[in-house]
Amino acid sequence: MKAVSMNAHPSLVIGEPVEIRDAPAEPEAMVRFADISKTYPAYRGKPGVNALQGIDFAIARGSITGVIGRSGAGKSSLVRLINGLEKPTTGRVVVNNRDISALTGRDLRLAQRSIGMIFQHFNLLSSRTAANNIALPLEIAGWSKADIKARVTELLALVGIADKHDRYPSELSGGQKQRVGIARALATRPSVLLSDEATSALDPQTTRAILDLLANINRELGVTIVLITHEMSVVRQLAKEVVVLDAGRVVESGHVADIFTQPEHPITQSFLAEVTGDSLPVSLASRIVQEPGSHAVIRVQVRGAGAGDTLIARLARELGLDVSLLSARIDEIGGQHVGSLVLGIPLSISGGEDAATRTLAWLSQHQFPAERLGYVA
Amino acid sequence: MSPELINLIIQATFESLYMVGIAALLGTAFGLPLGVFLATSRKGELFAAPTVNRVLGIVVNATRSTPFIILVVAIIPFTRLIAGTSIGSTAAIVPLTIASAPFIARLVEAAIREVDGGLIETASSFGASPIQIVFKVLIPEALPGLLLALTLAVVSLLGYSAMVGAVGGGGLGDLGIRYGYQRFMPEMMLAVVVVLIALVQLVQSAGDYLARRVNRRLRHR
Repeated sequence: MKAVSMNAHPSLVIGEPVEIRDAPAEPEAMVRFADISKTYPAYRGKPGVNALQGIDFAIARGSITGVIGRSGAGKSSLVRLINGLEKPTTGRVVVNNRDISALTGRDLRLAQRSIGMIFQHFNLLSSRTAANNIALPLEIAGWSKADIKARVTELLALVGIADKHDRYPSELSGGQKQRVGIARALATRPSVLLSDEATSALDPQTTRAILDLLANINRELGVTIVLITHEMSVVRQLAKEVVVLDAGRVVESGHVADIFTQPEHPITQSFLAEVTGDSLPVSLASRIVQEPGSHAVIRVQVRGAGAGDTLIARLARELGLDVSLLSARIDEIGGQHVGSLVLGIPLSISGGEDAATRTLAWLSQHQFPAERLGYVA
Repeated sequence: MSPELINLIIQATFESLYMVGIAALLGTAFGLPLGVFLATSRKGELFAAPTVNRVLGIVVNATRSTPFIILVVAIIPFTRLIAGTSIGSTAAIVPLTIASAPFIARLVEAAIREVDGGLIETASSFGASPIQIVFKVLIPEALPGLLLALTLAVVSLLGYSAMVGAVGGGGLGDLGIRYGYQRFMPEMMLAVVVVLIALVQLVQSAGDYLARRVNRRLRHR
């Protein structure tokens, strides 16, 4: 990989050596943020904004990395640092072994051709057909007409809309428009594909199809994908790595499975709650009371591969309880089970309060986080 | 109406078309780049040059706020310098161009500003230069608006051209004043007005048709 970049356009070779922080991991990094901060100065009476602070992490070559955060967390600024649309106030951004934050003018434009980007609102030219939209970056890069034609045909097939060659964007559905956007972003064979909320304007079914397409592209072309999103479902379905942003800082980062089985920051927990549904079904919630009743209600968190598989059977067998399942929601994130079970522990039959206490003790002993919600009659 | 009078009308129509046609071409040649620059040179924009932008804006406003008949007379020395004479249809093209260029520039500016800023960001993201963005994104995307702007400019020029009779420019307006008004020939006045109405209708319909044809934003099947 390194040899390729050395043979690249001479103006792209950065003389200044890149400081290596995590030496063994560094050659594998496609994108490296080194001590980044980004401040927007005060302008026309609006106060300055510290959009990003102390950003320092790497995105592995060939990975699919989700960057998740609420609106205003700094996601958009972060992604625009990768393709040089914005410059960091301090620190630097190294993409494919080139310090993109130091490039300007023609050098920057050449480097940008190896970084594709797709957008929430597709940003297709209404005056061009699907094929000509895809051709645009190639025209800009100075490809010949014949090469453009061949490449566009190939790309339309890759994204599964070969029959939409001559359609204008106004004649395409949202999903088809985003496919054109993806084909356009991949036209110049970039090594990184940036997705800025690319599925936020699409319905769930179309979102799923587009995310599947991105997964295929990552697998088949080896393109590193960086997903900016505020939707947990996008990270869950596609990303292998995740970076959680809050108020311009990275609050957690790592493998999706690790981060979401052991969420530490409240923001991460709140994103997780969108999937695991910490809220109870209305019919159940209305039945839960705080005065002792026939059953104690206990919620058990399930985290890890197969974690909850035999939980109820073991509880019943080892504690001799007729445990009833009141509600459950378990999903899979990065191959790990994540969710919660709401159990009813019968009290009057099996010895009063003791049963609930014993259950909680057993759960705690077996590393299942659990809490008592109350009783049902 | 006698054949001589009809000949006068035909001749005046051609004079008007000649003056308006050339002035529209020249006005566009100056107004289009000026309008694109005005639309892209504020702080943080593609060709950011806020001071130049402000100065050009003032010049454009000054030209636009000068009544046309005063402009015609005021720039006679300049007209003589450019056209070699200050009298006649060709000379009249000079003030018509000077009046239409800033007008076209403002219309072009408005049409270019209508283009979604996301498209500029998109083109930048795949390494387009500012010039490429103008020619491959801004102008094609603004084309329907630009055609309507040009139509409006031609219609306005037809109106302005009625005033260049003051410097012997000829044309339909001049004919209407000299024959219809000063020689008390209401039928001549009526004929001039009818021809002008027909011309404006023609130009507007052609402009609307072209703008609709190039507008892919609203096409549905």
